[in-house]
Amino acid sequence: MKRLKLKRMTKRQIVSVILITIVVMIAAIFCLFPFYWMILNSLKDPDLINQGDTSLFTFHLTWDSYKAVFSYKNGLLWRAYLNSLIIAVTSTIGTLFTSSLAAFAFAKIRFKGSKPIYGLFIATLMIPGQVTMLPLFMIFAKLHWTNTFLPLIIPGVMINTYGVFMLRSFIVTIPDGLLEAADVDGCSWFRKYFRIVLPLIKPALITLGLFSFIGSWNSYMTHLIYLSDESLTTIPLLIAGLKEQAMTGVVWGRMMAATTLSVVPIALIYLSCKKYFVQGIATTGMK
Amino acid sequence: MKKRVRRRMTRKERGENIIGYLFIMPQLIGFVAFVVFPLFFSLYLCFAQWNMIDMPEFVGTVNFEAIFRDRVFWKAVGNTFIYIAIVVPLTLFSSLTLAILTNRKLPFMSFYRAAFFLPMVTSSVAIAMVWMFIYQPESGVLNSILAVFGIKNLPNWLQDDKLARFSVSIVSVWLKVGYYYIIFDAGLKNIPQELYEAADIDGASPLRKVIRITIPMLSSVMFFVTVMLFIDVFGMFNEVFIMTGGGPDYSTYTLSMYIYFYAFRQFDMGRAAVASWVLFALVGIVTLIQFKVKKRLVIE
Repeated sequence: MKRLKLKRMTKRQIVSVILITIVVMIAAIFCLFPFYWMILNSLKDPDLINQGDTSLFTFHLTWDSYKAVFSYKNGLLWRAYLNSLIIAVTSTIGTLFTSSLAAFAFAKIRFKGSKPIYGLFIATLMIPGQVTMLPLFMIFAKLHWTNTFLPLIIPGVMINTYGVFMLRSFIVTIPDGLLEAADVDGCSWFRKYFRIVLPLIKPALITLGLFSFIGSWNSYMTHLIYLSDESLTTIPLLIAGLKEQAMTGVVWGRMMAATTLSVVPIALIYLSCKKYFVQGIATTGMK
Repeated sequence: MKKRVRRRMTRKERGENIIGYLFIMPQLIGFVAFVVFPLFFSLYLCFAQWNMIDMPEFVGTVNFEAIFRDRVFWKAVGNTFIYIAIVVPLTLFSSLTLAILTNRKLPFMSFYRAAFFLPMVTSSVAIAMVWMFIYQPESGVLNSILAVFGIKNLPNWLQDDKLARFSVSIVSVWLKVGYYYIIFDAGLKNIPQELYEAADIDGASPLRKVIRITIPMLSSVMFFVTVMLFIDVFGMFNEVFIMTGGGPDYSTYTLSMYIYFYAFRQFDMGRAAVASWVLFALVGIVTLIQFKVKKRLVIE
């Protein structure tokens, strides 16, 4: 089949494929170059960077910058990794549980007020986080939750309108017959949710889970607002902190090592779950 | 007999009512506590003076007067529109172009796609650092490449108050392209292939096919993307905050930074609340326009 197609390609088509390849290749290089530059400079001799060396390639690589990052403030990096991980994992698991429960109820359980409440949920999808940010800070300050991870976890777990919206659109496609069959067996609603619905919407759960994990790992403003204790620092805060120091001494090598260490886990997760990502984003565009 | 059937139904219905509320309970509580209540409270804060320590005090329209007299506030609003003028068309154009170009068999396809997607999953804080490094006036790679091409008067990308907005916008576009590429790519796959085949028979040029078939068929997706982009840009914070801190001379300052600054640096919650509602209003207006215009323009 492929060979047939090649045979049929005219000269003009070959030229156009080559031209397109060049354009797309340039775009891909533009997308990747900052990553290359980051990794290269994390491995370059820090002294060379300080002298303003911008050579695009070098064999002269050292681990010095990484060593400096790992020993920064007695290994604060490990602490930041752990903290970022705790926040991301708990909020992801929490939000998957509560939003799938609600999505199931909105999609399949006939209860009074289901439609108007769901409508209200959706109506608030457009509210920018900046509006609710200030009162939320007040609530959490009153609860003495500043300098804990709770303000970064609880709101996302307790309300995720996007998650409910997305999971619901998957659950409504489950045929009612499947659930009714379970009714005959005297299956409780929770069992139906757990045994029938959850396994069927697994791809959607993975997609939503990825989004919330990465969203949490990369979020910065809320961390900036709520966490000032050094032992509670997270990866974005640590990097921003390194920058403050870089302004005086400019330790770009160390900074690039730190950013590489923060980007790599997410890049690996993404590369291994690319399919779910693309599906998740593609379906939001269809709505 | 009829009565019995109805009674059975109501019992089942009642059961479903309780179960339904049990299932949505966590989200419902969250909705009231973390969305509805904050929404009304922040509306109240617009008319109050509050430093987060004492009780909020009702002051009428003082905050509005203060904010509308504030040069920095208007600068932030103006910047938002400049960002929109740069980021929205650039992102739209580049993601659509790439989607159209890659909507065929090409060698190394999975490599391109992986390359386009990578920026959007990485932390904007981390990547803003890398861009800052690239933009450095003396030790930055961008200027050293320009120097190779013999360009004198190398620009100071982030410290020049005319250029900084543009430099920041480029990073913003770079971060977003992958996301919108995926949306356009999915949209393109939904266009019936027969349309192109018919155009081929008529001998239409590739550009003509894009203008006459692709863009009209994608109009609904393009609309969605534009609105999303507007909302994205209204909330810009991380990359600017890291790279320029809003400077030089507030030329890159955004509304989100204004809100952050007044709320958590000046502890003037009233003023921050007004700014956040201005942001909300902008989002609301764009969404409203979308609903109104979409009906007229878009070919479903």
